[in-house]
Amino acid sequence: MGTGRSEELDLGQAPGRPGRAAYDGPLLAVDDLSVTFTRRGRRDVRAVDGVSFAIRPGETVGLVGESGSGKSVTALAVMGLLPGRGVRVGGSVRLEGEELLGASDDRLRDLRGREMAMVFQDPMTSLNPVVSIGVQVTEVLRRHRDMTREQASVEAASLLRRVGIPDPVRRLKDYPHQLSGGMRQRALIASALACRPRLLICDEPTTALDVTIQAQILDLLRQLVRESGTALLMITHDLGVVAGLCDTVHVMYSGRVVESAPRRPLFGSPRHPYTGGLLASIPRLDAPRGAPLHPIQGSPNDTIPWESGCAFAPRCEDRVDACTTSAPALEVRGNASVRCWNPLPPPGRTAAVQEVRA
Amino acid sequence: MSDSVEEAGKRLPAGPDPLLRVRGLKVHFPIVKGVFVDRVVGHVRAVDGVDLDVARGSTYGLVGESGCGKSTLGRAVLRLVEPTAGTVEFDGVDVASLKGEALRRERRRMQMVFQDPMSSLDPRQSVESVLMEPLLAHDVKPEGGVDAHVRRLLDVVGLPGSAAGRYPHEFSGGQRQRIGIARAIALNPDLVIADEPVSALDVSVQAQVVNLLEDLQEQLGLTYVVIAHDLAVVRHVSDTIGVMYLGMLVEEAPSDDLYATPRHPYTISLMSAIPIPDPDVEDLRERILLAGDLPSPANPPSGCRFHTRCPFRQETRCDDEVPLLRTLAPGHRVACHWAEEVADGRITPAASAFDATAVPTEA
Repeated sequence: MGTGRSEELDLGQAPGRPGRAAYDGPLLAVDDLSVTFTRRGRRDVRAVDGVSFAIRPGETVGLVGESGSGKSVTALAVMGLLPGRGVRVGGSVRLEGEELLGASDDRLRDLRGREMAMVFQDPMTSLNPVVSIGVQVTEVLRRHRDMTREQASVEAASLLRRVGIPDPVRRLKDYPHQLSGGMRQRALIASALACRPRLLICDEPTTALDVTIQAQILDLLRQLVRESGTALLMITHDLGVVAGLCDTVHVMYSGRVVESAPRRPLFGSPRHPYTGGLLASIPRLDAPRGAPLHPIQGSPNDTIPWESGCAFAPRCEDRVDACTTSAPALEVRGNASVRCWNPLPPPGRTAAVQEVRA
Repeated sequence: MSDSVEEAGKRLPAGPDPLLRVRGLKVHFPIVKGVFVDRVVGHVRAVDGVDLDVARGSTYGLVGESGCGKSTLGRAVLRLVEPTAGTVEFDGVDVASLKGEALRRERRRMQMVFQDPMSSLDPRQSVESVLMEPLLAHDVKPEGGVDAHVRRLLDVVGLPGSAAGRYPHEFSGGQRQRIGIARAIALNPDLVIADEPVSALDVSVQAQVVNLLEDLQEQLGLTYVVIAHDLAVVRHVSDTIGVMYLGMLVEEAPSDDLYATPRHPYTISLMSAIPIPDPDVEDLRERILLAGDLPSPANPPSGCRFHTRCPFRQETRCDDEVPLLRTLAPGHRVACHWAEEVADGRITPAASAFDATAVPTEA
């Protein structure tokens, strides 16, 4: 039995951390985050450029973009996992009001695993191949919850059971290579959930998995958010995953957020040409067949620096002159924020124009 | 029910003259143990008895999860792996029994596009050399000379002529895949097998390659076998789709039929697991979750191979009787004992298979 059934996954009933001192703001507030990779003799590379977003408890926020858009680097910066040298991080990242950028390594080690946890894309490379699953899951419990070995292994078994791993006591003795891809990802999620973190960052958690396993993992995450009020930051390139899971979506392109919107407006009436282009270029299972796809021309490498214009301009079909001369700002338009000089029309506008004329 | 099995046998020549006809194809890989003497202790049954026909000029899509044998099937058709049993008839010639020069000559007409365009191109070979190699190997003298042919190929796949002198690392993923496609069509083949042609590419670039494959089919009259795990992509390009599970074909249907009326429980579950980029659809969908993982193909379950995960599993037949592909509608073959009952709603999935978060749509 590998699926996370609701009766098995009782994370909600688990004794959570009860109401702390009343804190009103968002759980995670990222403000004007920028990450620059520097290397002697090379031009600096600004991987993340002025990214801001916030996540409230129980909310799922999606960070969508193609490879190289800076979504994973954003996550690493939030977790404080970027290397110390050769990287400049600017802006602010606050977890419950506490500034994380510049926090001491000790403090970050305390927070990581306990208050915030991360699930990486490839479970084979993020689990240690020569250490048993049991040790890797209990490690977190012993470090953060001061459990004894025996307590921790009982708790670890119950964690594995909750994420839908059958026969958890035996599995604790297994090594990563003895588990299938879906099982490994579950084990990784189990160790991320071990201390019931209030922020869970998932970086492409299902990209390496088959669709039927992906459906199981997404179901597990959905239950987790609903029942334990965990805030979830979901990083993915798959718009389908976002559509079924996220409350708010930020679309990134070349290091900046180009569109932020609740998921319904985003999918119903994308305003940024890049979002619109992405939606028009993926084949949909439920779309009538035979309709040609409208790809975005060029490749994600065809960008111009944000300083001199809109990075998407070289690939954009709706390009106007301003696009290549100055960078657009992220402006609020209706219930979305769009970074574009010539956004796609909002829904119903053509109808409204016709009404006025009539 | 037995007469529908006979019908399936009679119906099989799909068109008047299929370009590719595969019968009873099996590929078993031996599991070897022992240090000095190899002892065969078992077989991985990657492909275990597949029959299919691909009509001339059409696209056949093969879908399934990793480990279901879809890539091995594609490679066995080209004899890149040796089939253990069965026949592969390509334009009336049994490729599976060809040897030496005869096989080499036949290969000219069957080409392959690989998944990862970086590892399937030699980094130290210029694009021109990549595209010339098939011509030299088969001693083909194209009209107007080799250089003109290379330029023509680049033009057809939408790359500038100046690309000829450059090397694979100078291109983006999508462009590299175009080079791989140009190589595959260099000899003007009849059949192109594309193994996951877009899954290594960025989302916004995938559509470019999908459109290119469709344009080329129209221009050159190619026949495709497209192998992919992404059912949405496969449905977009294919005329007929075969769904594989643990080395066997469990359902085969015209592309639109398969989406409108999936009959095999595996296909039904697979479709319901694929996320659709539309929140309204996602919220209202009835998801059927499959339990557990793909069983090992070295020791496949008895009876119906899907019965260990099947939400529609019944007490009888499923565990001990191998279901045959039966024709339920024209061109629609299903390997399930209970396909009619599932379609009529007389058998419903076990309650545990429903996603707790989906809104229930039926009583």
